[in-house]
Amino acid sequence: MLDIQANLPVLVVVLPLLGGILTTFTGRGLLPWAWAVAVTGTTFALTLRLMATLLESGAPYISYELGNWPAWWGIEYRVDLLNAFILLVVAGVGFVTTLYARLSVRKEIPEDRHNFFYAVWILAITGLLGITVTGDAFNVYVLLEISSLTVYALIAMGKDADRRALTAALRYLILGSVGASFILLGIGYLMMVTGTLNMEDMHNQLLRMADLNEHRTVLVAFAFLVVGLSLKMALYPLHMWLPKAYTYAPSAVSALLAATATKVGVYMAFRFLFGIFGVGFSFYAMPSHLILLAMASLGIVFSSLSAIRQTNAKSLLAYSSVGQIGYIVAGFSLANPNGVAGSIVHIFNHAVTKGGMFMALGAVAYRVGGTDLRDLRGLGKKMPLTMAALALGGLGLIGMPLTAGFVSKWYLVKGAFDAGMWGLAVVVLFGSLLALVYVWRLIEAIYFQEPEGRSAEATEAPLSMLIPIWILIGMSLYFGVDATFTGETAMRAANGLLGGAP
Amino acid sequence: MIEFPPGLILVLGALLMPVVGGMGSRVLSLLLPLATLAAVWMVPDGAHVTMPFMGDMELTLVQWNPPTRVFATIFSLMAFGGALFAFNQDRKIELPAAFVYAGSAICVTFAGDILTLFLFWELMAVGSTIVVFSGNTEAAGRSGLRYAAVHFLGGAIMMAGIIAHVFALKAGGIEHPLLLKYFQFGPGGFDGLAFNGAGDIAPFLILIGILINAATPPFGSWLADAYPEASESGTVFLSAFTTKTSVFVLMLLFAGTEVLIYAGLMMAVYGIVYAILENDMRRILAYSIVNQVGFMVCGIGIGTEMALNGAAAHAFAHIIYKALLLMSAGSVLYMTGKRKCTDLGGLYHTMPVTMWCGIIGALAISSFPWTSGFISKSMISQSAADNHLMLAWFVLTAASAGVFLHAGIKFPWFVFFQKDSGLRPPDPPWNMKAAMIFFAFLCIALGIWYEPLYAILPYQNAAGGDKLYEPYTISHVISQLQLLLWSGLAFFLLLPVLKRTLTITLDFDWFYRTFAPGLWRHVLRPIVVVMGWTRDVLVDESKGFARAMTRADAEASRLSLFREWSLGSAMVLITFMLFVYLVVGFWT
Repeated sequence: MLDIQANLPVLVVVLPLLGGILTTFTGRGLLPWAWAVAVTGTTFALTLRLMATLLESGAPYISYELGNWPAWWGIEYRVDLLNAFILLVVAGVGFVTTLYARLSVRKEIPEDRHNFFYAVWILAITGLLGITVTGDAFNVYVLLEISSLTVYALIAMGKDADRRALTAALRYLILGSVGASFILLGIGYLMMVTGTLNMEDMHNQLLRMADLNEHRTVLVAFAFLVVGLSLKMALYPLHMWLPKAYTYAPSAVSALLAATATKVGVYMAFRFLFGIFGVGFSFYAMPSHLILLAMASLGIVFSSLSAIRQTNAKSLLAYSSVGQIGYIVAGFSLANPNGVAGSIVHIFNHAVTKGGMFMALGAVAYRVGGTDLRDLRGLGKKMPLTMAALALGGLGLIGMPLTAGFVSKWYLVKGAFDAGMWGLAVVVLFGSLLALVYVWRLIEAIYFQEPEGRSAEATEAPLSMLIPIWILIGMSLYFGVDATFTGETAMRAANGLLGGAP
Repeated sequence: MIEFPPGLILVLGALLMPVVGGMGSRVLSLLLPLATLAAVWMVPDGAHVTMPFMGDMELTLVQWNPPTRVFATIFSLMAFGGALFAFNQDRKIELPAAFVYAGSAICVTFAGDILTLFLFWELMAVGSTIVVFSGNTEAAGRSGLRYAAVHFLGGAIMMAGIIAHVFALKAGGIEHPLLLKYFQFGPGGFDGLAFNGAGDIAPFLILIGILINAATPPFGSWLADAYPEASESGTVFLSAFTTKTSVFVLMLLFAGTEVLIYAGLMMAVYGIVYAILENDMRRILAYSIVNQVGFMVCGIGIGTEMALNGAAAHAFAHIIYKALLLMSAGSVLYMTGKRKCTDLGGLYHTMPVTMWCGIIGALAISSFPWTSGFISKSMISQSAADNHLMLAWFVLTAASAGVFLHAGIKFPWFVFFQKDSGLRPPDPPWNMKAAMIFFAFLCIALGIWYEPLYAILPYQNAAGGDKLYEPYTISHVISQLQLLLWSGLAFFLLLPVLKRTLTITLDFDWFYRTFAPGLWRHVLRPIVVVMGWTRDVLVDESKGFARAMTRADAEASRLSLFREWSLGSAMVLITFMLFVYLVVGFWT
């Protein structure tokens, strides 16, 4: 009898890995989807159990050695509060989007490819979960490749709806591979210096080096890693792959990616900057926080301005995602508890909000056939529940009180004041004004224009789409009112990170 | 006993309304405000309800602040009157939004800490924005966006101030820095305004945030921009809550701040100048809100207990008569579809109820004796006199005369009498009439039996244990009647002049023929020019700016900043970023 409890950390990865591969044999019809729901649902249950186990044990982390090899030889999976939280987000959103995907995928992807679609889909989630759970630097790279390659494939599957999905996927493939090889180079240099791949071990070895701050190799490793990670998390101006990819990917894929992919990129940045290099090196010896802050601030302003100019609702949301990544990066670059907590909370808040909004647009694509702002005209009357979700999500992006967005903004502004960065607080608040303008463009189309052409025949989205949409949007509202769980978890995780534990 | 903020009855009930639908939701719309009113009065005296928030904070949801009772009472009454007026309309969203708006205003009055106050303050902005949108016209949509932008800008400024102050307090070792008592800047907080750091700018940011909501010029153009674009019933709601909640918060946090005297006087004058230039009947009334709120802000600036009582009482009275006037104007708009003074006239033939209610509202806003305006406004000007604030007293008195001219006479005269426009609409539906009659009754009842209102004013010991205030002294009554009769006489004597040119310029005409031409040339015209200029900048420019920013045309996307990167240049950029990190790393 397999002891589930003891093997939880590895099951979170192994179960969907095997489940994903088996999906290719599920044939046609409803089965691939049902199988995917079962696999992602079980995985989600496992992450919940993992979180509960961690909280009950009271220990700072759960360590799991693969194949019982000692950590410094083999691979160690290590779950602390931070990655348990991210795991929950990724697995949770993965599960809800899978629930949602059935009709959307049936419409957008030819039926003979459904088994492959769901196989790749589950493998993408596996990769993201794996990056999050592992405590081994090289393992991060391996799983990063799994998630990246599958995501390229998922985006390319949008080609039946719009051929531009192919170029978008190719573009992401090229840029993403550059990013991944930068990360690989960074990890390689680090291994050269420290002789280990285990994150904690790396950290300890680095700390033991007397000339750490002047060490050229460490510096080069750092530069490669930061640039590679910036690419992966789509930090402005290295976001060039993201807007097209999100716009032309199949609807369900956009929702999954927007909610999870860049967030896991941010999580990697946490692990490398705080965990391996440590706050002292990343933010004091290297003034990288200044560069990151500058890029984040530029990103908040310019990508919001770009979002305002979009005529397609999906690319509007995609640019808005780049801006939101700006908030997240700005938060952790402050390297103080409130800022980092704001960053972690926003990972969650933005995941549910943006995931819900992309799903709502997916419902529009399903009913109307496109997501141009023109297609949204007058849908407030035709699809009231879907559009209400979209509008509420939009309020969350602005950071209206009583939505989750406000909670993150509150922590971020607090963090900015803690650090004495008035300018950043101004940028954050100005960013929410810009968000008001682009959200307004959605609301104007939805509620103040008359339906025309194909949107005139639209009807309310089917229940199987509405329920997942409202689960996510409902969560974004719930955690805007009662932010105790998210806030406290984020605060504890932030203190853990700043304490330097990998 | 009531263990939750009474305003939540309205907020949550509003969410229920669309679900119930049909007749049920209409009945609910009348019951919810009454239940809220009852709940307000059932909150026990020492009530103190708290809730943990975001881990390390504690929100105080219910607490009696000195002016809470008077404001919460009138807000609930207003919600009832507004709902009655809106009873026959069938816009699904408007009334629930108005209830969220009214309910959060009530929650603001019960807030015991700055964060609770701010949360409901922002919720008000959301509710009211939806009310503006519910005007359901292109113009309403556009001005709704401007309305939202102004309010969220104000909210952002206020939030920045709050956070800065919280940090200053925390640095000072204070355990619960959110409590309202640390935010009561009053006269002391503005002493010695050396700018030493984050904390010192906080009061200014908070004050500016509140003044934006109070429609103080130069931040005030949103009010006259947005209110007349809402629906007939929407405007009635809008007139009551936003500015008066600002008055409440100012009273709580900034009582006795001298700068508010001048801000208030400026508002009083601004409102009159614009109301006289205006032709849209509801916009006239919107400008007169600014004017009336100016009286209250001035009273708060004076800051003695009597002045504060006066400001609170005036807010109470003002909500009733301004709602009454807007209901009257709304009924006319509802029945005729016309909103310009020059298109209306002679409606007294067929709309007697609307006319009489409009006149009672007009008398009340002019503070005619035996109306609600009289028993409240004189408290403020009396406090100005008692404190030897000559300028304030003089401007307030002049502004009272001005109010009578534009709201007291101009509105009813041009709408109901004047030339005969040939329109013969009947009085509006029963519920609109009932709402008007109810508020007209309150206007007069308060003018005669003012004791119940005085009994709930915030500072009961203002007069040192004696009777709080006696409005009906011979000198008060005589001087007010003199003022009113003289300006009334001036209006009617000049009617022949007015009748010849019934256009918008008639007001200019009247102005320089009556007053010494020099007054116009040297005092008023510069004011108008400057105000016109700020208005242009704030309204028109912001329109243009918004349009330019939201344009999605080809020209804009050709801007290099927004152009799609080619893969090659993306690679160059990536390499460049790597270079930046390396250089910075080697350099430090």
